[in-house]
Amino acid sequence: MASIPMQQGLLLAGILFSLGLVGLLVRRNVIFVLMSLEIMLNAAGLAFVVAGARWGQADGQIVFLFILTMAAAEVSVGLALVLRIYHRFKTLDSDAVSEMRG
Amino acid sequence: MEVVFYIAAIVAIASTILAITRLNAVHALLYLIVSLLSVAIVFFVMGAPFVAALEVIIYAGAIMVLFVFVVMMLNLGKKATEMERQWQRGSMWVGPSILAAILIAEVAYMVASPVTAAYGATAIEPKQVGITLFGPYLIGVELASMLLLGALVGAYHLGRRTPEKTEKK
Amino acid sequence: MFHLLWLIPAFPVAGFLILATLGKRMPRKMVPVFGVGSIGLSAVVAILIAINFLTSAPQGNSYTQVLWTWMDVGGFRPQIAFYLDALSLVMILVVTFVGFLIHFYSAEFMEEDEGYSRFFAFMNLFVASMCTLLLGANLLLLFLGWEGVGLCSYLLIGFWYRDPANGLAARKAFIVTRVGDTAMTLGIFLLFDKLGTLNIQELMHRALVQWPVGSTLPVLAGLLLLGGAVGKSAQLPLQTWLPDAMAGPTPTSALIHAATMVTAGVYLIARTHVLFSIAPQAQLAVAVVGAATLTMAGFAAITQEDIKRVLAYSTVSQIGYMFLALGVGAWSAAIFHFMTHAFFKALLFLGAGVIIESLHHEHSIFKMGGLRKEMPVAFWTFLAAGCSLAGLPLITAGFYSKGLIIWDAWSSTRGSTALWFFGVFGVLLTSLYTFRLIFLVFFGEMKTKIHKRPGFRMLMPCVVLGILSVVGGFVDTPAFLGNIHSFTDFLHLALPPVTEGPLRGMSELGSEGLVTVAFLVGLYVAYLFFIRKREYAEAITTPAIGKALHRFWYTDWGMDWLYERVFVRPIMWFARVDKSDFIDYIYSGMALITELFYHGVRKTETGRMRWYAAGIAAGSVIFLAIVLFL
Repeated sequence: MASIPMQQGLLLAGILFSLGLVGLLVRRNVIFVLMSLEIMLNAAGLAFVVAGARWGQADGQIVFLFILTMAAAEVSVGLALVLRIYHRFKTLDSDAVSEMRG
Repeated sequence: MEVVFYIAAIVAIASTILAITRLNAVHALLYLIVSLLSVAIVFFVMGAPFVAALEVIIYAGAIMVLFVFVVMMLNLGKKATEMERQWQRGSMWVGPSILAAILIAEVAYMVASPVTAAYGATAIEPKQVGITLFGPYLIGVELASMLLLGALVGAYHLGRRTPEKTEKK
Repeated sequence: MFHLLWLIPAFPVAGFLILATLGKRMPRKMVPVFGVGSIGLSAVVAILIAINFLTSAPQGNSYTQVLWTWMDVGGFRPQIAFYLDALSLVMILVVTFVGFLIHFYSAEFMEEDEGYSRFFAFMNLFVASMCTLLLGANLLLLFLGWEGVGLCSYLLIGFWYRDPANGLAARKAFIVTRVGDTAMTLGIFLLFDKLGTLNIQELMHRALVQWPVGSTLPVLAGLLLLGGAVGKSAQLPLQTWLPDAMAGPTPTSALIHAATMVTAGVYLIARTHVLFSIAPQAQLAVAVVGAATLTMAGFAAITQEDIKRVLAYSTVSQIGYMFLALGVGAWSAAIFHFMTHAFFKALLFLGAGVIIESLHHEHSIFKMGGLRKEMPVAFWTFLAAGCSLAGLPLITAGFYSKGLIIWDAWSSTRGSTALWFFGVFGVLLTSLYTFRLIFLVFFGEMKTKIHKRPGFRMLMPCVVLGILSVVGGFVDTPAFLGNIHSFTDFLHLALPPVTEGPLRGMSELGSEGLVTVAFLVGLYVAYLFFIRKREYAEAITTPAIGKALHRFWYTDWGMDWLYERVFVRPIMWFARVDKSDFIDYIYSGMALITELFYHGVRKTETGRMRWYAAGIAAGSVIFLAIVLFL
């Protein structure tokens, strides 16, 4: 296995996270919003694994496992909600679901 | 071996950028799968084969597939693609891009600290992961299982449709 | 026995507290037990103390009971102290006893009303305040009672608050008496500033020592206190509130606006008589106010048609007599007239209440008539009281008390022929309106049917007061009629006797004789106009001059109209103009700024998910920057 400086791994994670953030803020389709959310989660997990590998411990991978679990749970419920939104509003526009405006 | 890391990193970034800019949802999802696979390669290079496998199996293999299923079920069609083109104008990218740029700069600043540590290149085996998981992190495992149970019940309830009448809410 | 003095105001206070807190929750039959019982207990204590006082008078003919020190601020140390002497004893006896009878009467009168317990609570508070006023040893405690009776008057006039007209009458009463109260407050400030104490006896002593007779300070203080008395006792120029105060329940009118509260001014002046004796100009003002008021109110009373308004103007007129007595230095005569007036005026009001209730709330005397046969008890007691008011010679209390005042107006060193003449003319007017009232209500043919008959609880007080209206005068008779002086002798323990000047050709017999003549003239005119030939009444009021005069006297010599134009309208205009001055802008400005803020913040709550996500992202980026770079 190669030894890659931790900074570069973390930098990669940061870039992926920011890309996910951009996607979240720009896209109006809720599917894309959820997708961007997955990107961000993945990036965070990458950061954890990089850190774990740096210290030579398994903890990073374990946290990644938990993140994965959480992502799975969130996606399942989120997509069920997307289906509900589609049935109710007949559109996937996240701006249309703004009935809680003040 | 470092070269593999850099190639995988570039592929990951490129495919992510492509994923977030597509108009068709399925296209975007496929690009995202590519990105996830690249990240799995990065994991493998860094000596974490267990999570590399996990990434491929669960993340790319289950979660993304779930996404694809839902998108297919929604059956959006050409009209949706047209709407997407309308919704996305160039001017909308400016603000978030600036925000992201600032964020990247901050992250770069954070990680460019004087402490550089080249780390040992030993791989961490699944056995080691397993021992640590069911040792100190046992509570986490239990909590994760409860979370999954909650998600299961929630997804079931939300996805249900009463046969006679259509739901109002 | 004297140490029980504090119970006299304490019982009604307890009654008030119990009824105010528990009144709605207790069974209806229990309410008068507390309401009437508390006054009854006070009356019993008063009678016991009176017996003790008469049999073995305390040292110096006065008794002071100090309860506690009210406050101790920078050397100012007023006390809650009660002072009992002959004057306050007489007044306390009258207030508690007549008050008890009136409460007993209202147990039946107010039975149907939904505010039953509220009524008794207010009446008890009133009696408590009145007793505090009468027993107060210093001007501060007296003023506390003064304000308390004003408050209760307001509450009781506006008792049926659902009708806004009643609220208006209550407000008018309060505001007009407020004018007087302000004068009184200034007087109290002046006295305290110059003489250093508020204890009344001490005050009088220092005034006598420090201020020469006729100097400006006592005159000023006297006039200011007179202002307060004028407001509370509804004399000129502040008498406009009393006729409108008849909007309250009849027992209230009987107790507050006839027998007790309106005599608080008389009490005040009698209490501070030393001040007035060293300020002859102020005392002359008292007498002039009294004489003018009794005449004006007498003219107004002969034109009224609401039975209670006739009695209201009659009250104003009779208190004018008391002020006249005070003004000529006949202190005891004024208190004598107060006592007899309490008896017959309360009875007149209670009788009016009986009539109004029986005729199903009919107030106009032109719609009454012929009640003599149908309601004998009411008729005879009302007749007794009316004769006493008019001064039927020899057998009524009013004759003796009024005659004493009129004689003292002639004979006193501070009296004069003019004042005596007004007194006699007032007897004519009094007799005229009283018998007009009696003839219109009780004689002639019946115009309204009787709906309900009064019960024992309403008639018993009337009978008792009727007896007192007849025999109450026998405690003090002129020299040629028995020469009894028990009442005035008793009062001379506290008040100085009248200083008699040269008789200038009239004797007491002559004065009483002329009074009797005036009485008979009034009686005859009333008989002529209202029994024999009713056409005469129309004949007088039809021509223009008669009509104008009638209207002029009916509206109380136009005083309401005058006050409306001179005071009320300018103030209302000013209030309207000043509605939003710059101080108001401060308050509305704050509201405006808050509203602007609200609109600004509201814009951030779009309900759009991307907006919130952007907010979170931007916030965390900024936060991160702060952590990293600062």
